[in-house]
Amino acid sequence: MSRESRKAREAFYARPWTGPNRHYDILKEGAIALVVVSVLVIFLSALFSSPDDPALTFKGWAADAPDNFYATEVQQLAGTSGTATYGPPYNEGDGVSVGPLTFQKWGGVTHPIDTANDFVIAPLSSQVEPNDVSAALKTWNAADPKQQTDWATAYDDAIQATADDQGALHLDAVAKGDYGPVPDLAKGVLAMAVSGAYDNAMTGQGQFFQTDQTKQLLLMGDGSYMDDKATELNLQGNTWGMMNEAGSWPGQQWLAFTSVWYQLPMFNAPDDATGITRTLTDNADVIIAAILVVLLIIFTLTPFIPGLRDLPRWIPLHRLVWKDYYKKHGRQSA
Amino acid sequence: MSHGTEAPAGADFEPTTWTGSARRKWMRTLPPEKMLPEHQPSYVASWIYVFGMLTIVAMIVAIVSGVVITLGGVQWFHESSTGKFFNSTHYWSVQLFFLFMVVHLWGKYWMAAWRGKRALTWATGVLAFLTAVGVGFTGYVITTNFNAQWIAFEAKDVMNAVGVGAVFNVTNLGQMVTFHVAPLPLVLVVIVAAHVLLVRKHGVVPPIDAIDHDAVAPAAETETSEVAS
Repeated sequence: MSRESRKAREAFYARPWTGPNRHYDILKEGAIALVVVSVLVIFLSALFSSPDDPALTFKGWAADAPDNFYATEVQQLAGTSGTATYGPPYNEGDGVSVGPLTFQKWGGVTHPIDTANDFVIAPLSSQVEPNDVSAALKTWNAADPKQQTDWATAYDDAIQATADDQGALHLDAVAKGDYGPVPDLAKGVLAMAVSGAYDNAMTGQGQFFQTDQTKQLLLMGDGSYMDDKATELNLQGNTWGMMNEAGSWPGQQWLAFTSVWYQLPMFNAPDDATGITRTLTDNADVIIAAILVVLLIIFTLTPFIPGLRDLPRWIPLHRLVWKDYYKKHGRQSA
Repeated sequence: MSHGTEAPAGADFEPTTWTGSARRKWMRTLPPEKMLPEHQPSYVASWIYVFGMLTIVAMIVAIVSGVVITLGGVQWFHESSTGKFFNSTHYWSVQLFFLFMVVHLWGKYWMAAWRGKRALTWATGVLAFLTAVGVGFTGYVITTNFNAQWIAFEAKDVMNAVGVGAVFNVTNLGQMVTFHVAPLPLVLVVIVAAHVLLVRKHGVVPPIDAIDHDAVAPAAETETSEVAS
């Protein structure tokens, strides 16, 4: 279609319609639609209810996977956990980037988390502890930061060294060493979790009112407990987890345009991968976000993009919509 | 003190105030016959046209059920069958809302509904979809169950990666509840309202390659049962 004929057609489409009309009652249609949708919603609600898998607790974690909970708390003391090494907005670090753009650093550290103190020392200090844990707390608090790090790192390394081929840790096989008070601190926090007191300490965080779950949620994600459950329920990003939800529910199907990118091999490199695939996988979130921004801009500007705006003419699904009109009136030749 | 009489209804008057100017502009842009028409072009006769209205009424049901849920709080549905029922109505109305919206959106794409200076109508539709995704997302992270834990934990990485995590903290229940029940739905309703007003202003887009009925001799028209404009 030439530019002139396109402009002429655009002017025609923009003009008030002067062809045949039909009766149309917008309020009646709305009222009927409201009744139909309301009945459908009530029917679906009565028939299927809605998803509600209970939230995980630290007590459940400590009961179901005590070794993993124990090792995760040691990592908090050593500063090697996912949260401790995350970067902004929780602590200093680089975070992810797309090329030279490090958006993650721009906002700064707005929700500071000191994993050793927030996840181990403060909860233990919030209640009366057995003598060995109290003594361990005193020893830890009296030590300088380097000593604390040396103890915790040595113990963390010793624990990780017990991992078998499947990645399972064997705490009964940890080599002897100078770990200071770290084993007693980890033992104390595990006992606290088993009793349920750790949930209270973490959710309340020493305050009467508390609506921010950032710390406890990050800790919950540091171990394998929540991750394993998500895997079991097909909620991982590389199994369309972004648009799934726990159980047999429709999920967030409208996020398909986002979720599809997380299925690509380029964003799912194995742990031992290096080079560009490693970079793409490590920075997948920000790279995919950038891709989506570009695609959404293109989608919004569809009316002005040759090719994209012409597809509906080339693939004439519109003939199904307007088949009666075309049958009765024919088509304007291009 | 002025003792002037009120200008007549309609767009045919000389305004003397900002209010009058706004009223005249409104009446010229969206006269009552455009806002609440009793007729539509004869080509508006397909099921695909119903999905816009279905989207709006599903949104209304979602808002009403959401307002009821706010009376009991975000944990109401864990402990009460009434709360569970209203949570379910909210859940399914949202599912239907997105289903209808996506069908409407794709329908409009394949109808090239942006033709005839309707690009802004298309853009507000896309914007409404994006805003709805935000509303739906904040809804999921305040359900105080495993879904909320996992979705918030995963989503924080995306938010932090793009630099908004410092101010939009998806792991902060209080903040997410506020976003979900107040600003985001309000923005969505405003965008949807703008979208609907644009549709009413420009009218429903004619079929691709529609006939210019002004250029066709009356005798050549074969219309029988339809109402003349």
